[in-house]
Amino acid sequence: MNRRELIAFAAALPALTCGGGLIAAPRSPARFLLVFLRGGYDCANLLVPYSSPFYYEARPRIAIPRPQAGALSGAIALDADWALAGAVRESVGPLYERGEAAFVPFAGTDDVSRSHFETQDSLELGQPVAGARDFRSGFLARLATVVNGAAPIAFTDSLPLVFRGSTDIPNISLKALGKPAFDARQADILQAMYAGHHLRAAVADGLELRQEVARAMEDEMLAANRGAVTTKGFELEAARIGRLMREQYNLGFVDVGGWDTHVNEGGAQGPLATGLESLGRGLRTFADTLGPEWKSTVVLVVSEFGRTFRENGNAGTDHGHGSVYWVLGGGLKGGRVVGAQQRVTAATLFQDRDYPVLNDYRAVLAGLFRRMWGLSAAPLEQVFPSTEPRDLGLL
Amino acid sequence: MPIDPQVPLSVPLRLLAATAAVAATVLAGCAPQDVRPSATATASGAPWLERLTYGLNSSSLAEYQRLGRAGFVDAQLAAQPAPLPAAVERQIDGLEISHADPTRLLEDVNAEYKRINALPDGPDKEQARKAINERGNKLAYEAARRHLLRAIYSPSQLREQMDWFWLNHFSVHQYKASLRWLVADYDEHAIRPHVFGHFRDLVMATLTHPAMLQYLDNAQNAGGHVNENYARELMELQTLGVDGGYTQADVQALARILTGSGINAGGAAPKLKAEWQPLYRHTGAFEFNPARHDFGEKRLLGQAFEGRGFAEVEQAVDLLVRQPACARFVSRRIALYFVSDDPPQSLVERMARAFQATDGDIGAVLRTMLGAPEYEASLGGKFKDPMHYVVASLRLAYDGRTIVNAHPIVNWLNALGEPLWGRQTPDGYPLTESGWASSGQISRRFEIAKAIANGSAGLFEPEDGSGTAGGGFPQLASRVYYDAFEPRLSQPTRQALERAGSQVEWNTFLLASPEFNYR
Repeated sequence: MNRRELIAFAAALPALTCGGGLIAAPRSPARFLLVFLRGGYDCANLLVPYSSPFYYEARPRIAIPRPQAGALSGAIALDADWALAGAVRESVGPLYERGEAAFVPFAGTDDVSRSHFETQDSLELGQPVAGARDFRSGFLARLATVVNGAAPIAFTDSLPLVFRGSTDIPNISLKALGKPAFDARQADILQAMYAGHHLRAAVADGLELRQEVARAMEDEMLAANRGAVTTKGFELEAARIGRLMREQYNLGFVDVGGWDTHVNEGGAQGPLATGLESLGRGLRTFADTLGPEWKSTVVLVVSEFGRTFRENGNAGTDHGHGSVYWVLGGGLKGGRVVGAQQRVTAATLFQDRDYPVLNDYRAVLAGLFRRMWGLSAAPLEQVFPSTEPRDLGLL
Repeated sequence: MPIDPQVPLSVPLRLLAATAAVAATVLAGCAPQDVRPSATATASGAPWLERLTYGLNSSSLAEYQRLGRAGFVDAQLAAQPAPLPAAVERQIDGLEISHADPTRLLEDVNAEYKRINALPDGPDKEQARKAINERGNKLAYEAARRHLLRAIYSPSQLREQMDWFWLNHFSVHQYKASLRWLVADYDEHAIRPHVFGHFRDLVMATLTHPAMLQYLDNAQNAGGHVNENYARELMELQTLGVDGGYTQADVQALARILTGSGINAGGAAPKLKAEWQPLYRHTGAFEFNPARHDFGEKRLLGQAFEGRGFAEVEQAVDLLVRQPACARFVSRRIALYFVSDDPPQSLVERMARAFQATDGDIGAVLRTMLGAPEYEASLGGKFKDPMHYVVASLRLAYDGRTIVNAHPIVNWLNALGEPLWGRQTPDGYPLTESGWASSGQISRRFEIAKAIANGSAGLFEPEDGSGTAGGGFPQLASRVYYDAFEPRLSQPTRQALERAGSQVEWNTFLLASPEFNYR
């Protein structure tokens, strides 16, 4: 079944339910976007453990200063231990205040290779690390097969591992948009050549997606023509993703690079802060673009690993282990730092260098997915084999 | 104007076909030594020839007719490449990389970076940064241009594909360190001389090349400051494969064996203790510095290593390439590239036996593969990766006409996600369809098909801006098309081509057709 058939199938469900009296789960309005920060972002300079004197000892050049009560800029205290970096104060801060954002520190995988390559694969496959890996089965692809009416899409140039699976899942990068190269007649001819071919669905999806995107972005073009302030970078991309997910898709993936900050990463200002600021603005734009649909949307921001807790000799940080995940959503019971936690001291570091992983990503995601779509044990087991779902109480 | 009644075609294309037929007749008349193949014989050999080359063109078809299959294979596996067309050779000879001393290039760029870093912040520094960046881009572009010209025009098509294959197997990324200054030499001297040679020579040539030493950080690997990056990838990605039977302890042992192998471009030799002086090595930019080597005893894959300096590296490489796992891993990679996304185990085993029986002779492994019934059975089933796709299109379009500007080709490969020296991670580009045939990638490919089909990208506009060569769209409905593609087209593809409203559109549909996208 290709994507359009899936959508048509899902759309047909309510009619069946009414007309035939069949009991079928109605199509869930839930939407999910996975944002993958490739390169291992330095989570300790996003969610700052400001109650830890060790944080300031370990990062003499790059630590984020403690939050100041009543200040209009800089980090915001979230609770007695954690502060949110000033870089996302304007964007994500208000979401957190409204309970639409939460953070899960000490989150990650049990892959300790500290290799970008290995750990990204581990995370995207979502399979137990011990067993043999099946590179044709990513966890979002598996999720798409168990969610009723799933309309998955990757907002990337190539299909990421997380979406590799048995059915074709469309992909398109929204960083730069050109006009579609083919008109409807040409697209029809191109598709006809692949009738009966195993690439038929991919060809049809690819051509159609270009047209869909062009239609969905018409209002962006109009706004630009009226002289509206144009955004760029991830903010622009996120607005486009928001439009497509508002109208057509409910299972999305996007990746953002530039987080491998080995050298001069900066503190309250600097390259990392700039990256976080852009990311935060983009996520906020995404939320705003979804409008009323934001209520039923969940965004999860992950990265393959955290970084060394101590700064290195180049005022940067090296590959580490535990990370901090962001959970955003209009219907979230957030405004909290959630999951298992511990004090941040030299003694509690993993292998004397990194955050430990106390919140396994598969358990956390399984817990979220269970709430979002009411998935029972069997489908959850398909998505994340051998995982006990962990409910963080966010939904 | 006469219209060839033998060629059934839709209305808008009759004119074009007639022109092509006339052109072919004229060419045949001018070149009496050129044996015109019969269409049916060509069609039956076409899938075979298409797999062995980057894509069909009239020169390869003619040579195939002249030599037959066995003779064609012998010619392809010849120890020396066949000469390039003179115009292509002249173009390559005009490139800076064809004459530059690679060690000197590296020495100069190191000195320039040092000078720039010492400048105070300001416009001068910015200007100098920009200049050095442009220079790096130019050198890497020249390397890509040479590689692409050879891929498109060299009669030694199997050699050119193997050149790309090994570059990808021993992948480096141009935007790390000074790699842009090094990739031309890496291709020319580390890879090309060994494409049909012994696998061990490829490993040693890449191991001692500054491009690999920089890319996987072995230049920083020293006793007491061990960097495992290269040691791990050498086993995981280049020789044994991830399931090749080595352990983390083997990675650490190999990393220690590799300590001291690094780079010295034009610098003074280190002052060494008398006992170390005979162990010092310095060839080109490669340096083995005993003072940076860990002389302790090691144990790699069960074998003991005495502290002997660079001799340990040679011992280790011998050990790695003689592992049965290496023969299987390398054979399977070659079969993935040339045969199938899931190559038959029987074939891989026979290739691996040839590898072991000949001490890793790549030519022997390829011969085993090319003569196998599994190879024959697989023809037409491999999805073209972007490099194959773009080069095949250009071979079909421009046989006998020399492209003088490779920037559009580089841009197309960028857009399709497979630029030369562009893979960031050391695993190389995917060798299977799943890496290239997602919906987004296919629609992008169709857009590139359109760009190639309309001929307006500027392939014939000299890079120095000295005038513009027109040319219009390429004549894809050529003799080669009618002899070698047309008989194999499926009904849906024929119908699509008949619906083309213009010649450019017809070109686009042909390049987008399933038949053209598989080899």
